[in-house]
Amino acid sequence: MNSTNIKDPEYFHKVVDCQYACPAHTPVPEYIRLIAAGRYSDAYLINWESNVFPGVLGRTCDRPCEPACRRGRVEEEPVAICRLKRVAADNKTDDVLMHMPKGPFAPNGKKIALIGGGPASLTVARDLAPLGYEIHLYDDQELGGGMMRSQIPAFRLPESVLNEEVDYILRLGIHTHFKTYVNSMKEVLEKDYDAVFVGTGAPKGGDLPKLPGRWDAADHIHIGIQWLSSVAFGHTDKIGRKVIVLGGGNTAMDCCRTARRLGGEEVKVVVRSPFKDMKASPWEIEDAMREDIPILNCMPPKEFVIENGKLKGVLFEKVKAVYDENGRRSLVPTGEPDELIEADDVLVAIGQENSFPWIERDLGIEFGKWDMPVLDKTTFQSTLSKVFFGGDAALGPKNVITAVAHGHQAAISIDLYCREKDLFERPAPTTNLIHMKMGIHEWAYDSAVVPDQRYKVPHAVKEVTLVNRKMEVELGFDQPTGFKEAQRCFNCDVQTVFNTSRCIECDACVDICPTSCITFTANGEEEDLRTRLTAPAINLEQDLYVSDNLPTGRVMVKDEDVCLHCGLCAERCPTAAWDMQQYLYAVTKATKILV
Amino acid sequence: MSYQRPVFRHPSLSKNEVGFTRADYEGAISTLCAGCGHDSISGSIAQACYEMSIEPHRLAKLSGIGCSSKTPTYFLGKSHGFNSVHGRMPSVATGALLANKDLIYLGVSGDGDTASIGMGQFVHAVRRNLNMVYIVMNNGCYGLTKGQDSATADAGSINKSGSANPFQAIDLVGLGLELGATFVARSFSGDKTQLVPLIKAAISHPGFALIDVLSPCVTFNNNPGSTKSYDFVRAHMEATATVDFVPEKKEITVDYDEGTSRRLKLHDGSYIQLQKLADNWDPMDRDSALVALNEARAKNEILTGLLYVQPESRNLHGLLNTVDTPLNELKEEDLCPGAATLDSINQGFR
Ligand SMILES: Cc1cc2nc3c(=O)[nH]c(=O)nc-3n(C[C@H](O)[C@H](O)[C@H](O)COP(=O)(O)OP(=O)(O)OC[C@H]3O[C@@H](n4cnc5c(N)ncnc54)[C@H](O)[C@@H]3O)c2cc1C
Ligand SMILES: Cc1ncc(C[n+]2csc(CCOP(=O)(O)OP(=O)(O)O)c2C)c(N)n1
Ligand code: SF4
Ligand code: SF4
Ligand code: SF4
Ligand SMILES: [Mg+2]
Repeated sequence: MNSTNIKDPEYFHKVVDCQYACPAHTPVPEYIRLIAAGRYSDAYLINWESNVFPGVLGRTCDRPCEPACRRGRVEEEPVAICRLKRVAADNKTDDVLMHMPKGPFAPNGKKIALIGGGPASLTVARDLAPLGYEIHLYDDQELGGGMMRSQIPAFRLPESVLNEEVDYILRLGIHTHFKTYVNSMKEVLEKDYDAVFVGTGAPKGGDLPKLPGRWDAADHIHIGIQWLSSVAFGHTDKIGRKVIVLGGGNTAMDCCRTARRLGGEEVKVVVRSPFKDMKASPWEIEDAMREDIPILNCMPPKEFVIENGKLKGVLFEKVKAVYDENGRRSLVPTGEPDELIEADDVLVAIGQENSFPWIERDLGIEFGKWDMPVLDKTTFQSTLSKVFFGGDAALGPKNVITAVAHGHQAAISIDLYCREKDLFERPAPTTNLIHMKMGIHEWAYDSAVVPDQRYKVPHAVKEVTLVNRKMEVELGFDQPTGFKEAQRCFNCDVQTVFNTSRCIECDACVDICPTSCITFTANGEEEDLRTRLTAPAINLEQDLYVSDNLPTGRVMVKDEDVCLHCGLCAERCPTAAWDMQQYLYAVTKATKILV
Repeated sequence: MSYQRPVFRHPSLSKNEVGFTRADYEGAISTLCAGCGHDSISGSIAQACYEMSIEPHRLAKLSGIGCSSKTPTYFLGKSHGFNSVHGRMPSVATGALLANKDLIYLGVSGDGDTASIGMGQFVHAVRRNLNMVYIVMNNGCYGLTKGQDSATADAGSINKSGSANPFQAIDLVGLGLELGATFVARSFSGDKTQLVPLIKAAISHPGFALIDVLSPCVTFNNNPGSTKSYDFVRAHMEATATVDFVPEKKEITVDYDEGTSRRLKLHDGSYIQLQKLADNWDPMDRDSALVALNEARAKNEILTGLLYVQPESRNLHGLLNTVDTPLNELKEEDLCPGAATLDSINQGFR
């Protein structure tokens, strides 16, 4: 293999598994260390710069970082990255405001329209307002936040938390036009906006229009996401005693738990597919089951059963999953009799779609497959150069953190576009490597690796939460538990940096390394090298760090896979050929936020 | 902080035949200097015992005094151990060995511990052919007492303070051959591919197995001009042959060229497979080993690898014709069979 180019900003970035997996590339270990140090406001600001909604995300993020976390490959469970973020948000003080950009900003003469007030648009607003853009945000709801407000139930995300973080942005001087549904893109384009950002989400909920009985009991059959927003805005405050929720995704989980709080005593989730194939996050399923909601699997609905003009229930078929030789699944009837489950109300939570009825198709904005806008994946620019998309509106329903990541990139594009610059000359990430050595056995980070298992977030008791839909279920870590959980982080951003010219090949690092990461051996092709190491490098997603040729003709090969970043290799190295250096990597934003 | 080693190990560590992973052969975290050759030898010993599926409680570690003699704390933490007085490990080993012939004895010593203060003890251990592995971690100096030249320092070798050693060196493998050691090898701490199989073969050998391992002292004897530095040893190392250890149960599948390779059957049924033999050297001919050693020395080379082995050696227990049951398991009635037996013996003399 060629020797590793550690100057490539992505090499060490990739070693920080959590940060690399985060769509917004939040510097996770950096904020976790700040939490351990009790510097909650600083930890909050690090998050705020990257992901804009730390308090929201610390409660609701889809957390792609956690399955990626290195700790999960070494012991049972990853670091509770997401819930640590909440510790930062819960314990921050008002001094965070001092470090956020403050208006009024000198106008730069450009006007931007943001359609939709969800996390994508709000991120664009935050990144562009400090540059002097005049920003107009349009949303049909009464307040900003998009689906964070209309869909994510208050028992998972208290309104006060959302309001605080939406306000951090609106107070930058954003011109808001709430309760304003935009019904013509043509009209928007006719106004004097220099650029338009579409962040309207994926607002259309899936339905079962052809299922027999669907239209005979329409009053008691609700589309999940419409029903949730009607609950969120106080238009709906009760539901029947027996409720069936159709669907196995996160929306279904929110629907069933909300139904429990609105008078649903016998709430059942019924899913077509087997339990293990359910789309909902495991922790959301767990939370629903904890609220005494049974989940019935392998039961596709056959018809809504109507008796005397009234909904009686839903008739389900019984199926089982059969897999062909390519692993493709099909659901085949088991032959068991169909089952009628009684219900007073049914919530249909079977998917979500984009819909752009308000964008005229003759404006030069091209739509492609599934009626989705044709976009450049890097710049988020549509085929009409002044129109950009982001969030669920760009690539279909995802999650808040993805919407934020899109917002950052779209903001850069809009800024480049308004300054008539090349949209593809994007700013490089900011990177920095800092020596961590303080003494022979002393580092500027806590290098000791604690054996603690993941701590559980405490919950409020059901007796209280099930009678009040706004009562938050999760209580969050207190400070001492937050500290202990923070200590579980391996500090993967503190990199093992190898200096070939200093190495005397004494093997000290090989002998001390607890997880057998290091090998001195003859070079070879990657495939072959991976089998010849102290421990075979079977995780192909993790890179091998290969040195230049050493005096014996061998090379140093380090498998990054399960390195604990404990620093022992560097402590045991007599010549400091190994050094522990903190790698700071930050996605560059349109505005430098933390100065 | 290196006084704490994380508890986590590589998730895919495999278990050996007795159900242990490599981690089960570790000891406490080392307190030696960073980069000390001795730590690598500790690693090789642990690796060899893991690969041979030795149950840790079946092995006893014995040592004297010195950085080298401290190492038994840093490997095989679940084995027996005795850290004796400076240079006196052989007598403790003799006693332990006579008391319990069922354990595997692993002696660890330094060049000071063996070739200076312990010389008188060492030679008798060889002469009596104790059934033990005797590893000398040879750095040419007294590491623990801050690097004075030892008796194995080569004449002219320059120490850290800059002065050349005026005295002749004692070559421990030469001495071992001369005294009739039945397994003699030399290796280098930085060459685990050679050292691990040698340790395994030494453990399989039924008599005194000496391995002189060059083990640079990074703190006091790794300077230019030293003949025991990493650079010097690497530049001057020659091997008699490459060594593979083939355990008794494993079938030999690789074809070796008869002309340049040799397979030696050990007492317990395992093999040493040697490849690319040095010219005019026969591992079972002590004289050829001495010649090879002298020739290498004349060429300023450090000859490593297996030098001599006498697979069917008669060790102390064989020479003394001791009973099969270890002494420490003999009961009072075995040792003191009673008046009637005494009478019948006495009758025999009438
Ligand atoms: C039930 C449910 C639960 C969810 N839970 C989570 C979760 O726990 N964690 C997570 O990360 N994600 C969750 N999501 C997904 C997440 O809410 C979305 O991915 C995210 O909000 C998308 O952000 P966005 O900015 O693209 O658009 P949205 O948040 O969808 O905001 C778009 C806004 O634009 C408005 N709008 C649409 N069209 C127009 C128009 N023509 N004129 C004016 N306004 C318009 C909409 O009313 C809305 O307010 C959930 C989604 C649902 C449905
Ligand atoms: C009876 C006695 N004399 C002297 C000493 C001092 N002493 C301690 S270690 C040592 C030399 C050790 O040298 P070596 O065996 O080569 O070990 P190294 O530290 O080099 O590995 C000496 C002389 C002692 N501990 N006991
Ligand atoms: S251990 Fe810490 S730094 Fe490493 S991936 Fe997990 S959270 Fe990130
Ligand atoms: S920091 Fe060094 S010693 Fe620690 S696990 Fe990583 S490679 Fe091994
Ligand atoms: S003084 Fe020399 S022999 Fe002793 S631990 Fe340090 S490097 Fe090793
Ligand atoms: Mg010594």
